[in-house]
Amino acid sequence: MNQTQPVTPYSDYLRLSKFPFIWCPGCGHGIIVQSFLRTLRKLGIHKEDVALISGIGCSSRAPGYLDFNTLHTTHGRAIAFATGIKLTKPHLHVVVVTGDGDAAAIGGNHLIHACRRNIDITALVFNNYIYGMTGGQVSPTTPKGMRASTAPYGSIDPPFDIAHLAAAAGASFVGRTTVFHTPQLDKLIEQALQKKGFSLVEVLSQCPIAFGRRNKIPQPFELMEFMKKGAVPFSKAKDMTPEELKGKFTTGVLADTDRPEYVEQYLKLCEKVQGS
Amino acid sequence: MPNHQILIYEPWCKGCEICIRICPKDVLALNDRGKVSIVDKDACIGCRQCELHCPDLAIRVIPDRPGKKEETPPEPVASEPPPAMLGQGPPALLGDKPIIKVMTGNDACALGAIAAGCRFFAGYPITPSSEIAENLSALLPKVGGRFIQMEDEIASMGAVVGASLAGAKAMTATSGPGFSLKQENLGYASMAEVPCVVVNVMRGGPSTGLPTLGTQQDVMQARWGTHGDHPVIVLCPFSVEETFFSTIRAFNLAEKYRVPVVVLMDEVVGHTTEKAVLPPASEVHVETRPRPTEPPERFLPYKHTESDIPPMAVYGEGYRFHVTGLAHDETGFPTNNSEEIDRLLRRINRKIERYRDEIVDVQTESLEGAQVVVFAYGSASRSAREAVRMARAEGLPVGLFRPTVLWPFPDKELVKATENARAVLVPELNLGMMAHEVEWALQDRSKVHKLGRVDGEPLPPTAILAKIKEVLG
Ligand SMILES: Cc1ncc(C[n+]2csc(CCOP(=O)(O)OP(=O)(O)O)c2C)c(N)n1
Ligand code: SF4
Repeated sequence: MNQTQPVTPYSDYLRLSKFPFIWCPGCGHGIIVQSFLRTLRKLGIHKEDVALISGIGCSSRAPGYLDFNTLHTTHGRAIAFATGIKLTKPHLHVVVVTGDGDAAAIGGNHLIHACRRNIDITALVFNNYIYGMTGGQVSPTTPKGMRASTAPYGSIDPPFDIAHLAAAAGASFVGRTTVFHTPQLDKLIEQALQKKGFSLVEVLSQCPIAFGRRNKIPQPFELMEFMKKGAVPFSKAKDMTPEELKGKFTTGVLADTDRPEYVEQYLKLCEKVQGS
Repeated sequence: MPNHQILIYEPWCKGCEICIRICPKDVLALNDRGKVSIVDKDACIGCRQCELHCPDLAIRVIPDRPGKKEETPPEPVASEPPPAMLGQGPPALLGDKPIIKVMTGNDACALGAIAAGCRFFAGYPITPSSEIAENLSALLPKVGGRFIQMEDEIASMGAVVGASLAGAKAMTATSGPGFSLKQENLGYASMAEVPCVVVNVMRGGPSTGLPTLGTQQDVMQARWGTHGDHPVIVLCPFSVEETFFSTIRAFNLAEKYRVPVVVLMDEVVGHTTEKAVLPPASEVHVETRPRPTEPPERFLPYKHTESDIPPMAVYGEGYRFHVTGLAHDETGFPTNNSEEIDRLLRRINRKIERYRDEIVDVQTESLEGAQVVVFAYGSASRSAREAVRMARAEGLPVGLFRPTVLWPFPDKELVKATENARAVLVPELNLGMMAHEVEWALQDRSKVHKLGRVDGEPLPPTAILAKIKEVLG
């Protein structure tokens, strides 16, 4: 039935006057945003208690639509700004929204160091294999052979595996899925938000315009299916040969450990110094 | 038969067809407006696949499950927020009486910061500034502040801006190569009007240059280092004691005008050990950013007020505002409206220009009857002052004009001070950077002579005196 008011159950988290999203028709980024809001609602997290920080890119436009403490920073630097916020106001749930270029190219150094420190920030990486906002240039996650505006003959660069990178750098919680798998996406975001320490969820998200059209998969749903086909659960991947895993990516929980959290450690140190 | 409700809000639907394709029962189709509509409602099984995969929050399914109650999550409750500003009390680490200390400029900078209420430092080590970070890593935990060594200077500057937005008076310290890396997020602070202090203990450049030797080659970078028309204030102390007061002043100016303030020291000022008298806490004036008085519903984070300085809320105190480095309107959200963009850019620059009389500070010596005025700042002004005193002792008509604030440039004051002078001499540890500005300010009123040095050695007073004599003829 056609309604005269927004129908979403998450209106309380939204800046309704900013809608609709700036994103192209069929862009996967909105599916991740919806999952994030559903999870916040499920966990009973109040909008006052959320700080949402982004870098630059299509994905990084998300905070403008959401009624939290929001900050749209410079390209790749969101985690650095977020670190200052978390240290100053530890009671906030500090969440970073970032793209594959934002997180793994220009922001790669900030990402691995946040993982190493294990600061209590949740990063949601919207991985669409491409630089969407600037018109489809090759990104550090573009699969080999796929086309981009700066890889007109197909990319020859080996891509990064962002989830493995984060896990290896020490993130407490790392998960990966696609926008097709919304129950798993909800679950991973929930686990990430609840983890004390640095958590990261990499979400494969379709960009039908800058990536799909150039690679002859312009229909959003077909691009979602293309990503879904590449997904192999971690549990299953263990028993597969490298040959079988070629062109695939693993999904599920990649890391889930408990390590001392940075801000907690820092505040403990202050107490010790002040006591002595 | 169950009666699942499907709700569609057409204005948000972009007709991407994901819901149509993912529906297992062909319930949906595009209508002639290119939006999704229901074509076979009875076929709906209430699986919600369309809703869960809608990128535009435009469709919702309320499944009808007779006998089964939908679980509704708890209503969110906001947590009790901590004080808006981190650890603001009377100036810390000072006494009831003046304290005499023998220390370096870098030590004085750290103590000044704490006295001014600095409660956040993020930095990356670089000679000759590292002692500021080292000092603050010891001092900040004692006063409930935060210290973090970041992975680079870009991150340090980002963390400082984040911390300031969250309610900490925040600072970073660096030198040449690091100052270059800070420029990106320093510009962000100018655009988003985030108070912060950036110390640059100048060394020789360009590039890695002279790590352990002082020059004054960053005076233009401090003003124009980041891209775009942007506001910034630059202080330049010449002694250890003045570094203490300049650092306090830097925080006060940053907070008052919501602007990044650069403190330009150099290797000589940073590493010289000398006596400094620190005032009692009661004599230190501390400013905090203008704060909003209206309730959150009516708060505009970038309001064009009569003062040109919008009151500033901080994260986590109930205002939930948006901040961006994109051109924005009063609401803080990006805008393409040319009038709004013009208004913003003019306001953020005007707010420094119109208060320049309150910001500019010049120290002078023996200007009366001076035929030659020596314009000098920072460490070079230590030698210049000595040279001027030597000249006066010989009966030569020479005076000193020493700005402790380089930007905004003290043009009015300089014109006035040189009214009766024949010439102005600018000794500086670069190839004439401020001399250009002096020439520009004076037009053809007095002849401007340069005396530059860039080999890392200081300008000795005797060299300046010789030049004074040459100029006097
Ligand atoms: C320092 C800097 N370099 C380059 C740019 C231009 N730029 C804007 S967005 C972007 C890439 C964004 O790609 P990604 O992070 O993958 O996000 P997406 O747009 O695909 O969601 C680039 C290169 C910039 N804004 N700043
Ligand atoms: S360019 Fe791609 S990533 Fe950007 S909004 Fe369009 S579909 Fe989404």
